[in-house]
Amino acid sequence: MKSICFYFQVHQPFRLRPYRFFDIGNKHNYYDDIQNKWLCRRIADKCYLPTNRLMLDLINKYEGRFKISYSITGTVIEQFKLYTPEVIESFQKLVDTGCVELLGETYMHSLAALKSEKEFAQQVSMHTKLMQETFNYTPTVFRNTELIYSDEIGRMVKRLGFKAQCMEGAKQVLGWRSPNFVYEHRDHNGLKLLTKNFQLSDDIAFRFSQSSWKEYPLTCDKFVNWLNAIDSPNCVNLFMDYETFGEHQWEETGIFEFMRYLPEEVFAKSSFDFQTPSFVANNYEVKDYLSSVSPVSWADEERDISAWLGNDIQNDAFDQIYEMEDLVKETQNNDLIDVWRHLQTSDNFYYMCTKWFSDGDVHKYFNHYSSPYEAYINYMNILSDFRLSVENLMHNDK
Amino acid sequence: MKVLMFGWEFPPHISGGLGTACFQMTDALVKQGVDILFVIPNRFKDEKDNGTRILGANEVKIDFKSFWSEEYFKHLSFVEVNSELVPYIGINDYYNIVNKNYQTKETFEHNAFRYFSFQGGYKENLMEEVEKYALVASNIAKENDFDVIHAHDWLTYKAGIVAKKISNKPLVIHVHATEFDRSGENVNPTVFNIEKEGMEAADRIITVSNYTKKIVVEKYHQNPNKITTVYNGIDIKEGETNKISNPFNKKIVTFLGRVTFQKGPDYFIEAADKVLKRDKNIIFVIAGSGDMLNRMITLVAKKRISKNFFFTGFLKGNDVEEMFRRSDVYVMPSVSEPFGISPLEAMREGVPTIISKQSGVSEVVSYAVKVDFWDIDAMSDAIYALTHYPAINNMITKNATKELKKINWDKAANEIISIYNNVTV
Repeated sequence: MKSICFYFQVHQPFRLRPYRFFDIGNKHNYYDDIQNKWLCRRIADKCYLPTNRLMLDLINKYEGRFKISYSITGTVIEQFKLYTPEVIESFQKLVDTGCVELLGETYMHSLAALKSEKEFAQQVSMHTKLMQETFNYTPTVFRNTELIYSDEIGRMVKRLGFKAQCMEGAKQVLGWRSPNFVYEHRDHNGLKLLTKNFQLSDDIAFRFSQSSWKEYPLTCDKFVNWLNAIDSPNCVNLFMDYETFGEHQWEETGIFEFMRYLPEEVFAKSSFDFQTPSFVANNYEVKDYLSSVSPVSWADEERDISAWLGNDIQNDAFDQIYEMEDLVKETQNNDLIDVWRHLQTSDNFYYMCTKWFSDGDVHKYFNHYSSPYEAYINYMNILSDFRLSVENLMHNDK
Repeated sequence: MKVLMFGWEFPPHISGGLGTACFQMTDALVKQGVDILFVIPNRFKDEKDNGTRILGANEVKIDFKSFWSEEYFKHLSFVEVNSELVPYIGINDYYNIVNKNYQTKETFEHNAFRYFSFQGGYKENLMEEVEKYALVASNIAKENDFDVIHAHDWLTYKAGIVAKKISNKPLVIHVHATEFDRSGENVNPTVFNIEKEGMEAADRIITVSNYTKKIVVEKYHQNPNKITTVYNGIDIKEGETNKISNPFNKKIVTFLGRVTFQKGPDYFIEAADKVLKRDKNIIFVIAGSGDMLNRMITLVAKKRISKNFFFTGFLKGNDVEEMFRRSDVYVMPSVSEPFGISPLEAMREGVPTIISKQSGVSEVVSYAVKVDFWDIDAMSDAIYALTHYPAINNMITKNATKELKKINWDKAANEIISIYNNVTV
């Protein structure tokens, strides 16, 4: 028995509006509603709606043999509710088939795990609640924002009651080991670890339409040959952004056709089946224990957290938002707490990344600011206004 | 008195202080009966009207068969190789420029009439525009009648030199800044040479301060007797200026200007850091843009003072005034400032100022705290004092307002007219 385990990340941040120094103290609406609406509509039309239709077709066609999993953030669900409610319906239909697993994560797609266990736990339970309300589903497998994992994060996830966690199959953690097995937390605490096969995942997510790639064009036939060439795997974990379909790889690249015919090819020419993360975690034997003292992620060549916390401006902004935790929570004002949480969305820090030359291209694609410094200034102006709102509220209460 | 004046910018199309200074200077000269033909690279036709006749070099039809242009070619070889070296931009912008496709260069068809196009401002083809501008100037000098030529800053010195050669009329060059102010000791040799050529060819050199006069004497080896200092002025606005209260309920200390080496923004941040160690109830603002901006943002993040430190980016029009009206202290920590009009603008809005001793404006202002640009201890002491001790703050603010009335363009215009009279006899 060997399995392909698909997991797709579904996320959109609330993009912040251009916020000037002179706006501080005067304007308290921080989101770029027009842009968020426009992007949500565009991505729904190009990716979410057609891809969900495709997945539903495949699930129906193979009568339970084709299975996939999703992690859908709170911020994207909020935007679906605001701008494209039909996307929620289409996900509900998928979940109702029973062939779809939903994973747990932080509601805000935040980096709270790196800073505050209390806030991390609250955001995870907010997300679980949202999954229950929206899909009548309780996640049992966890994926942290951008697959960020460390021993310490694994302990927290275990304490929150999850039985498995998805992570990057980063070389600095796996070493000589293969990503195609189930592992467990170094504490032998029962938390199973599913490691992403980044070679095969990124062949689809990043290289699919790259004409300079020597394997271009990628066909189902070729991909199944690669799967078959893997030496006695248990599970091949293909983790990627859901926006790969139709947004990062446009429809014209043939990405939809690739996905449409992949299951057929897999069933015809290999002995793989499709399984969800919880099945994989429950049914394959643990091969070894993994340890990662410092956090690893699925981003960039480094597979670390330097895309979000790699320079002075990112670290400064990050520390300042979490510095406010106690004060904000003390207000017991739900609106303020909600804004504070939205400002934690990891994308805000990603925009401030200055790693221009290695992975700068990918960063630029996802960035509506003209420079990381502009992103920082904008964020800090908003944070200042927010801080004033919190301070004023506390002051008036006294 | 008829003056052929060469400038690079004129309101409303300005990117630095030069355009504003030229406008106010011509304004005052015209009022005293001087007839000015003011040449700028590109005329947009919405230039502010103060009685100065504005001529765009882009509007001048050039006849290449004409003897005078041929003569010009003999005098000045046309250098294009340096056209990508732009002294006003930093490494990041430069990188963008060299990675961009070049525009096609102008070709010179002999036996043809043609117009030249200009971008104006300080763009990547600046050197080329300087040359083209001088070429057009030869034609303007031939076609127009005037008594004296007056050229503002190095961009127009070549034009001034050519006009003098064509017309045999005296040349006055006006030094608003030198390459040493802009670049420290790392001068751009091409710019330096143009500046020096202009000074050598001039019958009279006007500097905007004795500080600049000293640089012209020491670095360009000019005879001090050929140089006259004429300070810039400032227009006084009528009526009260209202402070705008800020949402922080904290004092605001402002730096406003280009964020470049010359303006010393790094010293401002170091001083702010020192002040904030003593008192967190002060807000610092850097208003402006420039090649050092990103480094300054990183420095502030690194020092972890961003809670009290803001960057507004480049401010336009009313925003400048609004920034002053929000400010409680204005700091100009320039490393080298030939004049420096911005402290006077701050004073005009009732804001007490701290200015570097390495500036021309410190020669005309008494009621300002003067510090060496590198002395961040003195600078932070001054910031602390002006934000904490009302007595010194009030004294400086009150007297500075009176003092401003003596620094006006009418006085400057009189001095310039006597220089014109002097060179035309």
